[in-house]
Amino acid sequence: MTRQLHPDFEPVIGLEVHAQLLTKSKAFCACSTRFGDEPNSNVCPVCLGMPGVLPILNRNLVEFTIKMGLATHCTIANRSIFARKNYFYPDLPKGYQISQYEEPICTGGFVEIELQDGSRKRIGITRIHMEEDAGKSIHDQGAETLVDVNRCGVPLMEIVSQPDLRSPHEAYQYLFKIKQIVTYLGICDGNMEEGSLRCDANVSVRRKGETRLGTKTELKNLNSFRFVERALEYEIHRQIDLLGHGEHVEQETLLWNADEGIAVPMRSKEEAHDYRYFPDPDLVPVVVTSDWLEEIRTTLPELPTERRDRFLRQYHLPKYDADILTTERPLADYFEEVVRALTPQNDETYKLASNWTMTDVLRVVNTEKIQIADFHISPSRLGEMINLIVDGTISSKIAKDVFEEMLRSKDSPRTIVEKKGLMQVSDEGTIERIVDEVIAKNQNQVEQFKSGKQQVFGYLVGETMKASKGKANPKLVNELLRKKLAHAEET
Amino acid sequence: MRTYDSIQTDLSAGVATCESITQEYLGAIEKGRHLNAMISVFAERALEQARTVDQKLAAGSAGPLAGMVVSIKDVICVKDEKVTCGSKMLEDFVSLYDATVVERLKAADAIIIGKNNMDEFAMGSSTENSAFGRVKLPHDPERVPGGSSGGSAVAVRAGMSTTSLGTDTGGSIRQPAAFTGVVGLKPTYGRVSRYGLVAFASSFDCIGPFGLNTKDVARVLQAIAGHDPQDSTSAHVPVPDYLQSLTKDVRGLRIGIPREYFAEGLADEIREALEKHIDRLRDNGAVIEEVSLPHTEYTIATYYILATAEASSNLARFDGARYGYRAKGIQDLSEMYTKSRSEGFGPEVKRRIMLGTYVLSAGYYDAYYRKGQKVRRLIQEDFLKAFRSVDCLITPTTPSTAFKAGEKSGDPLQMYLSDIYTTSANLAGIPGISIPCGTDHDGLPIGLQILGKQFDEPTILRVSDFLESTFEEGSGN
Repeated sequence: MTRQLHPDFEPVIGLEVHAQLLTKSKAFCACSTRFGDEPNSNVCPVCLGMPGVLPILNRNLVEFTIKMGLATHCTIANRSIFARKNYFYPDLPKGYQISQYEEPICTGGFVEIELQDGSRKRIGITRIHMEEDAGKSIHDQGAETLVDVNRCGVPLMEIVSQPDLRSPHEAYQYLFKIKQIVTYLGICDGNMEEGSLRCDANVSVRRKGETRLGTKTELKNLNSFRFVERALEYEIHRQIDLLGHGEHVEQETLLWNADEGIAVPMRSKEEAHDYRYFPDPDLVPVVVTSDWLEEIRTTLPELPTERRDRFLRQYHLPKYDADILTTERPLADYFEEVVRALTPQNDETYKLASNWTMTDVLRVVNTEKIQIADFHISPSRLGEMINLIVDGTISSKIAKDVFEEMLRSKDSPRTIVEKKGLMQVSDEGTIERIVDEVIAKNQNQVEQFKSGKQQVFGYLVGETMKASKGKANPKLVNELLRKKLAHAEET
Repeated sequence: MRTYDSIQTDLSAGVATCESITQEYLGAIEKGRHLNAMISVFAERALEQARTVDQKLAAGSAGPLAGMVVSIKDVICVKDEKVTCGSKMLEDFVSLYDATVVERLKAADAIIIGKNNMDEFAMGSSTENSAFGRVKLPHDPERVPGGSSGGSAVAVRAGMSTTSLGTDTGGSIRQPAAFTGVVGLKPTYGRVSRYGLVAFASSFDCIGPFGLNTKDVARVLQAIAGHDPQDSTSAHVPVPDYLQSLTKDVRGLRIGIPREYFAEGLADEIREALEKHIDRLRDNGAVIEEVSLPHTEYTIATYYILATAEASSNLARFDGARYGYRAKGIQDLSEMYTKSRSEGFGPEVKRRIMLGTYVLSAGYYDAYYRKGQKVRRLIQEDFLKAFRSVDCLITPTTPSTAFKAGEKSGDPLQMYLSDIYTTSANLAGIPGISIPCGTDHDGLPIGLQILGKQFDEPTILRVSDFLESTFEEGSGN
């Protein structure tokens, strides 16, 4: 945060989030929704808005939206209708967007976010509705504007929150939670940079204690998580400054300019829309029977908060671990796959699995910028490796080398350990010989230890491990070294 | 002029082929050029199709409409052919696909001969609003054939095709059928797929056939009716055998006469012609009963609020951006829209777009559109109530016979009132048929309308077929 918020004012924020749904075909025709194809290749008379065509509703669009509704505790309407939102723009072939207006499919839900103090706060969801995306206007190709219609008709879900958010950070948390839920549900890839998740914000400020809402502005073009927080901070400060100087806030739509870090008002002509919504006569009402609803409910996966809570309960992990491991569904799945491969399964091995997943696995995934699914070490292999630590075959230190080797080879951890001779030495006689050698070579340190300098012990352990090329069982090294030193003391 | 029965007779007697029949029709089109009923004629394609059907006939694999020559209102898409909608906006626009009805006609081996002239975007009641000139009434070229499917009605009347497809949003099949003296059927909303029909008012638009008799109309309906997965509003109701319903027996049938449709404003000659037919039905065992449709007076107002609202949105896609007319010498986007649409649309279309935009606007929606929807439901309920006591209704199709060109074009309200007896069926989504039932003192055809319950086309076709047969006998006396 760049600047503290003025203590006398509080911001009131509501977010409108558009999520592009991962259906294979478009909302109202059979065209592919694939991203990045040759412009105007995924089109047909229907999404081109040719004269005489009619929309046919994609059932998956309804199911995906219902899933979101259920995941956010909404009421699912057993009858909802589509409406036309009318406006002229070249990337809108029909001259209207099919959306929902008066009778949306989901209403009155909430999500829980976690505040900085660890408490949870409910953010109300006013409605979730289905609609189709518009095409893309490309303005930077010379004097002419080009239009790519591939995105026309790609299904969207709009999630409208209540004005329950009281800081940019809360807005960030809320958006993060929405992303987490849609990705857990597998209905949206949650990628803000590619536009699969888009966010507009309604912002106003008021003096603390005031119950009425101040004049709000709408912020658009918040296409990254970072922008959302930054743009909100900017706008809140701007409004507070205005009010602080006795001026008033103009109700308007602002476009966030990330390069300059400012929000610029849109030309009033662009926002002076009367969309003339009315029920779309080409589509019949969407009827959700209770059977269908139950069928969808049974397909719901465990959601992030529930999963986090279960991780705390079932694996007795620290909250920090459970939070990180459940951030994304693939990561949580990975962890649980590792757990499945563990013998024995107990709190100690769970924590080992957690440590390896959070630190070593995530380090590689993040530096190589890959998906968990593409990570070279399968969770069962990692589990096997952890088992080798637990059963004493290798030390934790050697395990780091084995892990590095596993990144490069497809061999099982046991094979790697055998091939490279990394097996832990637990033979007392062998270790004793090494300990003797170390004591003989380090008489100075031994003397220091005898004279009460306890910390020298660590040094001697290290020397012994080094001499064994890291393979000696550290527990045995400790034991034997203590015994020998005690013995040396007596003599 | 021949019915499909006569074509079938000639085909099976070997005195004609589909090709020779198509040639006959092409000749009639040429002869009737002055009527301006056709916007395009696909002579070569039609002949080629006819030859294919002749081969199928020889092989015994021809479809149920083999040898029937059909013309199509130019608001319905035929793949690789122009679909102008009677508008400068789409003067050169070629469709990328076949409408479902066209696909089904082709599958039944009907021969598609060309496209009919019409009021621009199906908006009008006289076919004077076409960018390609007005259509003339064969009986009196100074008069109008009705509209908006005037070209389709005249094509059948003048023998340019055996049957034709029109569209009916507020009476656009039945009113021209009445004016030209042919049979015109508006099916139940949802009975026939709208896929490929360039929408005027989506919740009203119906595609239906014109023919010289009820039987031909029933045959075409048989071919085009039924659910279409490409139209969500097309019904999943089974399609009955329509020809089987033409029993020529009306005994015990309860027929309602809505008193509001015989009130002030109806020409005496029309009333008298209808009464004769009603008597004939009574004489043949039908039970005639007066009924009331109390919300009739709100029909035209409701229709023009709701239909124009839908039209304003449906016609938004004609913006000059992707296809169709684009004005020359434009500087920016807003000018492209304004000039293209101002120059591309005719006055009636612009009037309705403005009306529709107004009734949907913020602050007016509740007073107009929402109230209109409520009244629409009341009108639907009027019919439901009436149909509890009767099987069908008989009304005049129009308050007057064909009027003179220019007579009403300066007064939109007078023009709109010529649909006063037909728009209620579109508001209620019920089927209606208009059949010729005599002529007035000028020899101009009079139309009788039969309205039925939803999906009960069999009953109205049965009454229509019955009246047709007794009328022919009667007129011979």
